[in-house]
Amino acid sequence: MTVHADPKGVLTGTHFIDGDHACCEGALAAGARFASGYPITPSTEVVERFAARIPSVGGVFIQMEDELAASIALQGAVWGGAKAFTVTSGPGFSLMMEHIGYALMTETPCVFVDVQRGGPSTGLPTMPAQGDMMQCRWGSHGDYEVIALAPNSPQECFDLTIRAFNLAEKYRLPVMFMMDECVGHMTEKVVIPPADQIEITPRRLTKQAPDEFLGYKADEDLVPDIAKAGDGYRFHVTGLTHNEKGYPSMTVKTQDKLIHRLQDKILQNADDISINEEVDLDAADVVVVAYGITSRVAMKAIQMVRDSGQKLGNRKLRIGMFRLITPWPFPDKKIRALAGRIRGFVVPELNLGQMSREVERASGGLAKTIAVTHAGGTVHSPEEIAEAILEAAR
Amino acid sequence: MSELVSLHENPTEQFLRTDRMPHIWCPGCGIGTTVNCFTRALLDSNANLDKVSVVSGIGCSGRVAGYLNLDSFHTTHGRAIPFATGLKLARPDLDVVVYSGDGDLFAIGGNHFIHAARRNVDIKVICVNNLVYAMTGGQTAPTTPGDALTSTSPYGTFEPSFNLPQLAEAAGAVYVARWTTYHVRQLAKSMFEMFNKKGFAFIEVLSPCPTLYQRRNKMGDGMETLRQYKELSKRKDGASTSEVGLTRDGEIVVGKFVDRDRPDYATLMKAHYQHTMGDKYVETGAIICQ
Repeated sequence: MTVHADPKGVLTGTHFIDGDHACCEGALAAGARFASGYPITPSTEVVERFAARIPSVGGVFIQMEDELAASIALQGAVWGGAKAFTVTSGPGFSLMMEHIGYALMTETPCVFVDVQRGGPSTGLPTMPAQGDMMQCRWGSHGDYEVIALAPNSPQECFDLTIRAFNLAEKYRLPVMFMMDECVGHMTEKVVIPPADQIEITPRRLTKQAPDEFLGYKADEDLVPDIAKAGDGYRFHVTGLTHNEKGYPSMTVKTQDKLIHRLQDKILQNADDISINEEVDLDAADVVVVAYGITSRVAMKAIQMVRDSGQKLGNRKLRIGMFRLITPWPFPDKKIRALAGRIRGFVVPELNLGQMSREVERASGGLAKTIAVTHAGGTVHSPEEIAEAILEAAR
Repeated sequence: MSELVSLHENPTEQFLRTDRMPHIWCPGCGIGTTVNCFTRALLDSNANLDKVSVVSGIGCSGRVAGYLNLDSFHTTHGRAIPFATGLKLARPDLDVVVYSGDGDLFAIGGNHFIHAARRNVDIKVICVNNLVYAMTGGQTAPTTPGDALTSTSPYGTFEPSFNLPQLAEAAGAVYVARWTTYHVRQLAKSMFEMFNKKGFAFIEVLSPCPTLYQRRNKMGDGMETLRQYKELSKRKDGASTSEVGLTRDGEIVVGKFVDRDRPDYATLMKAHYQHTMGDKYVETGAIICQ
């Protein structure tokens, strides 16, 4: 079920703004009226814009005392009924891990934006990297599945932020919005449509009476409906392992049932959740798998190889691109299917090999995977990627 | 055979999740006593219970939220206050109470406490101070006074401890009081007063942990601790908070130390935006999404 966006938050028109600003506009269009943040480069512009915009839209921005506070204050606002998000980068993202776990366990719909910079530790505050891709998947303790989106342009920072909020509501979890410094600070044309052309997934508020309501009894899609504070439901929320009523129940049986449901609600709905860009995959010999800013460098590399007239036997080498718009849940089935009919994957990324491991795992040995690694600080040169494409074709 | 005598229901029972009883607290523990006082204050305040939310952190006192028949949130260790801050700012129509322990609120959560007090967020903070980390087995807390034995200070503690009322006042709380679990009527009255106070209000309740503090320090059982509270307590309303620090066996100053007014966060925010933005400012009450 969807509704149209509330026009109050939609800045309809054609803009020339960077990815950070576009992300903020996406959040406002999606209905976010609460943000809690803590300053950190290169993500701060998102909340700076939110702080400037929200008083005339209607809502609250609060700069908290640290990222732990920022990442839990928004969850208080969500349980009060707001749509809410927080924004950070590397070191702040590390501090937020416990509260990503809390949101996963309590099924709190919200969005965490991470504008990735070079790490570990303070690393490269003003320079790009894509080194948090595994952290957003595995960074909190325990077993779980997440949803992560990776935009590669300011326009996508707008469009996919709305998608992130919609998925958060539909599946009741924190959605990881994985930008990088380049996409965050890149200025391009961003078209914001009228509010009645923006689809919003409303909160799945329970229709049951308070005395019948079970806060963690899932529907057929494995997602439970939610109540908000102040409506007489007198519900309980805990990060402890809990039963369908939301009460702590620390037994092997409850743990098994709950943790499997949290996993399955994502895996069983992966086809609905996952969108990715597929370019020239039919009959491809080599497929480049990339995301974020690196996908744009990769497109340049593919063009270079095509222009050079490289041949495979007596025909032109065919190169495709699989762009991960939804790195998590990872598109296992699609990568596996491709692996069975191509020579190899090339995976450039601004880290020492994170999503490339997933490509290698999902391909199950049916095709080789060449990781084009980079410690971050700038983007790849297209030549590096082009060279790997030729190697994969051999 | 005589007829069964029908007993009146305990008037505070409506506030409890009776389907969660028995609770986890030890015999002689004071947390349940504080909950009883809290329910009494709720009863006296005629509050709309559908509009009261309780937020707890982690620890023995962190379990309070789970036993109260209200909208209740058992959050992460130390972070009840920032959760409550988000809830209150999104829902100014709710009464938001933070109910937690001394380790949770003043060690791992200490930074959040002082910042929420500085901002004067309109939340009510009740700290059950049992002087140790009890849930994890009796380790040293930032409140453990003087030379006391704990599981992580087997030769006794030597770190100076926090004087919680002084910390709260210095950080900006508008209401600061301290009681012990012996002072049930005074505590209930104080909690009632706190509900009617706009801004960041704080009550410290000294409470026995017979299992992990009193026993290890050969201070007797829960009953014996209440006797000590009675003997050692001295009520000094309006006392300078710099003079109410706790020692291991010394005087326990109780009473209401601070009761002052200054505008709370939401009031300041609205006034400021109205002043700087004029008609462009869109004032919001409850922030509730589609």
